[in-house]
Amino acid sequence: MEIFQRSYAGTLESSDLLVEVAPAYESSIEVEISSSVEKQFEHAIRRVVMTTLDELGVKSARISINDKGALDCVIRARVQAAVLRAAQGEECHQLVWGAI
Amino acid sequence: MSQKLRRSMLFVPGSNAAMLSSSFIYDADAIMFDLEDSVSIREKDTARLLVYNALQHPLYDDIETVVRVNSLDTQFGKADVLAMVKAGVDVIRLAKTDTLQDVLEMEMMIEQAEMEFGRELGSTKMLAAIESAMGINNAVAIANGSKRLIGIALGAEDYVRDLRTQRSAEGIELLFARCSILQAARAAGIMAFDTVYSDSANEEGFLQEASLIHGLGFDGKSLINPRQIELLHHVFAPSQADVDHAIAVIEAAEEGERQGTGVVSLNGKMVDGPIIERARWTLERAKSGIKR
Repeated sequence: MEIFQRSYAGTLESSDLLVEVAPAYESSIEVEISSSVEKQFEHAIRRVVMTTLDELGVKSARISINDKGALDCVIRARVQAAVLRAAQGEECHQLVWGAI
Repeated sequence: MSQKLRRSMLFVPGSNAAMLSSSFIYDADAIMFDLEDSVSIREKDTARLLVYNALQHPLYDDIETVVRVNSLDTQFGKADVLAMVKAGVDVIRLAKTDTLQDVLEMEMMIEQAEMEFGRELGSTKMLAAIESAMGINNAVAIANGSKRLIGIALGAEDYVRDLRTQRSAEGIELLFARCSILQAARAAGIMAFDTVYSDSANEEGFLQEASLIHGLGFDGKSLINPRQIELLHHVFAPSQADVDHAIAVIEAAEEGERQGTGVVSLNGKMVDGPIIERARWTLERAKSGIKR
């Protein structure tokens, strides 16, 4: 899935996170994480983000995560939503559900 | 009669990550994630993904999950159904069910999704909410519309708007709709669910409404605040006298069976099939508490 535009998903409320996805300058994935539970969970958050990007077939993107203690399932959902918005814009409801 | 308890169905807005992450801690009989009216248009995609991922989390393994999806005639409805069936939701709630056709179209969509994602055919159940005068007129056809239906429910806010009135403390304006839904559900052999009580700060008003719908014969009610769960369960709980009587009925029936007599009597009253079934149902409800 190709990232065409800068997009966001999520909030800065407790138990949620704000995900920003933007096109990368080079063909690589850069993930920046800030979290209220960063010291303990940065590694786990990064793993969930990378797995989710891999499942969506994202090869190139800049991702910024501002986490407020979200569960794994919320992190996955927000990353998926931000990527779909960045890749498909108005067509983000036309996801092929078999793909995720 | 289905034996599953569905007294309390707690609405949780699908776009609220914090509520989605914690609603399993409440003791509701079912959690009802909402993708429809409580979610703004620009959050429809992310709410769908939040609920899709939450449904697959082990946190929700042991609780019945219902999702209220957007209507199939919106741009969101089809994607909602595909995602929820893929995620393994127990029940899809149709909002604003006006006709039998609405039920049939949703059933076809669910069946298509079950085939696409390799889920057992018929494993996704349906719950049809009736929210208009036309829907009440068609309640019998709707209630008989699909084998997937676990029940039909009243959605009162839209219904009273359609009637050109408003909700009162006594609920007289909803009496016809409630009785129509109950009658149609019972004749079809499915459950009947009452609408939400929106003033979550008014405990007395909630209890009055809960007692009314319990007395009418409803199986349960949609809730908007976790505080209402225990209050509602208490209204639905049998008394100690009910439980003692139910135990005596079961014992008398078992004794009759041992002696090979079809019908037995207890304190001079006949104990037969319907009485025994009601006694079993009372004991089932007593498992989650007896009225103090």
